[in-house]
Amino acid sequence: MRVAVASGKGGTGKTTIAVNLALALEGKVPVRFLDCDVEEPNAHLFLKPTFDHERVVSIPVPDVEEAKCTVCKKCGEVCAFNAIAVAGGKVVTFPELCHGCGACARFCPSQAIRERSHRIGILATGRAGSVTFVQGKMDVGTPLAPPLIKAVKKEMGSEEAVIIDAPPGTSCPVVTSVDGSDFCLLVTEPTPFGLHDLKLAVGMVRELGIPCGVIVNRATLGDFHVERYCYEEGIPVLLKIPFDRRYAACYSQGDCLVKVYPEWVPVFADLWRQVERMVKRGARALGNQR
Amino acid sequence: MKVAITAQGPNLDSPVEPRFGRCPYFILMDTEKNTVEAIANEGAGSGGGAGIAASQALINRGVKAVITGQVGPKAIRVLQEAGIRVYHATSMTVRAALEQWQQGKLTEIS
Repeated sequence: MRVAVASGKGGTGKTTIAVNLALALEGKVPVRFLDCDVEEPNAHLFLKPTFDHERVVSIPVPDVEEAKCTVCKKCGEVCAFNAIAVAGGKVVTFPELCHGCGACARFCPSQAIRERSHRIGILATGRAGSVTFVQGKMDVGTPLAPPLIKAVKKEMGSEEAVIIDAPPGTSCPVVTSVDGSDFCLLVTEPTPFGLHDLKLAVGMVRELGIPCGVIVNRATLGDFHVERYCYEEGIPVLLKIPFDRRYAACYSQGDCLVKVYPEWVPVFADLWRQVERMVKRGARALGNQR
Repeated sequence: MKVAITAQGPNLDSPVEPRFGRCPYFILMDTEKNTVEAIANEGAGSGGGAGIAASQALINRGVKAVITGQVGPKAIRVLQEAGIRVYHATSMTVRAALEQWQQGKLTEIS
C-alpha cells in the first residue's frame, strides 16, 4: 500500500507523521520511505539512514545548432514553459525554465535541436534499520522539482508499506508526489491557516481521485473549525496529536515520538491499519465524495 | 517606429505598470503612422517566464523600444538580443511617459 503524507500548510507535521509511521511499522512489515520533499528533504534527520547509492538526475534541455536553424520560431511556439525565445535572428534558450518535455526538438522542421543533459539534483538510496530509504535532493538554484520527484518515485519498490513524504502546498511538486498513491494522509493544525490550506489540499486529492483522511497535529491548540469542516465533508479524522512541549523538544533534537514515547507505537500502527481497512474496502468515497 | 509601454489599463491615461512581464496591457504606439493600439498581455498569468513570453510577443509585433518600470534578467536578455531598447518610467500615465520619451527625458535600462 502506498500512502502519501501531505498538507496544504507547511510546518504542520508531515515529516513527523511519516517517520513515526515508518518506525511504528518497522519490523512488522517491509517498509520503504520516499522523501519527495526534494527542495528541503528532512526525513533523514530523523530516520538517520546510511546512504549506499547516489546518482545524478538530469533533464534533457535543448541545444540549438545555429547552422541548421532557419529561425522559423516553431520551437518557441511549441514550448509551453516560455523556455525558448526567438530574437534577433537566433534562438535564445532558458534551461532553468525547461521541463524537458522534448517538444522543441520533436517539432523543429530542420532538426536543428539536439537534447543535452542538464543536472537538477541527486537521488540517494540507503537503509535506516530495516527501512529502505530514498531521497531526492535538488541542486541549489534549480527551480524545477517534479522531474526529480518522479525519479524518486521510480524507486517505488514493492514493499508492503510505502510511505511518501510530500512537500507542502498544493502545486506541481505535491501533485507529482501524491499522484498514484492508494491513500493520502493530510496533516493539519486547528488554526484558520491550517483549515484554509487543508481545504486546498482536499480539493487537490479529490481532483486526483485519491481517498484521504486528516491528522490534526497540535490538536489541543486553536479552534474546532478543522474538525467541523472534516465532519461536514465526510473526511475521517484519523488521529489527533495533542500539543505537548515535550514532543516539540523531542522533535527539535532529531528524535522520534515513537522512540522516546513508545506508547505512540500502537497508535501509529493502528493508524496504518485504519488506512489499510479503508483502502481495502475500496473506500474511494471516504473523504472523496465531491 | 513602434514603441510599447507597459500599462495598468488599455488607454493612454492609464498609469504605467512597473512590471514588464506581468503587466496587464501593452500600449503600442507607431510614431510614424501616429497610431495607438492597446493589447492585453496574454503571458501575464504564466507560471514562469512571463517576461520572456512578453518579449517574444513584442518582437513578433515589430516593437523597437519598450517603456516600463522594471525588466527581469531573462526578459532583458531576449529584448537586447532583438535590439530592442528599454526605457525606465514610473509613477506617470502612459501619455506622460510617451511625451517624456519623445523629448529624450527617460533613462535607458541596460
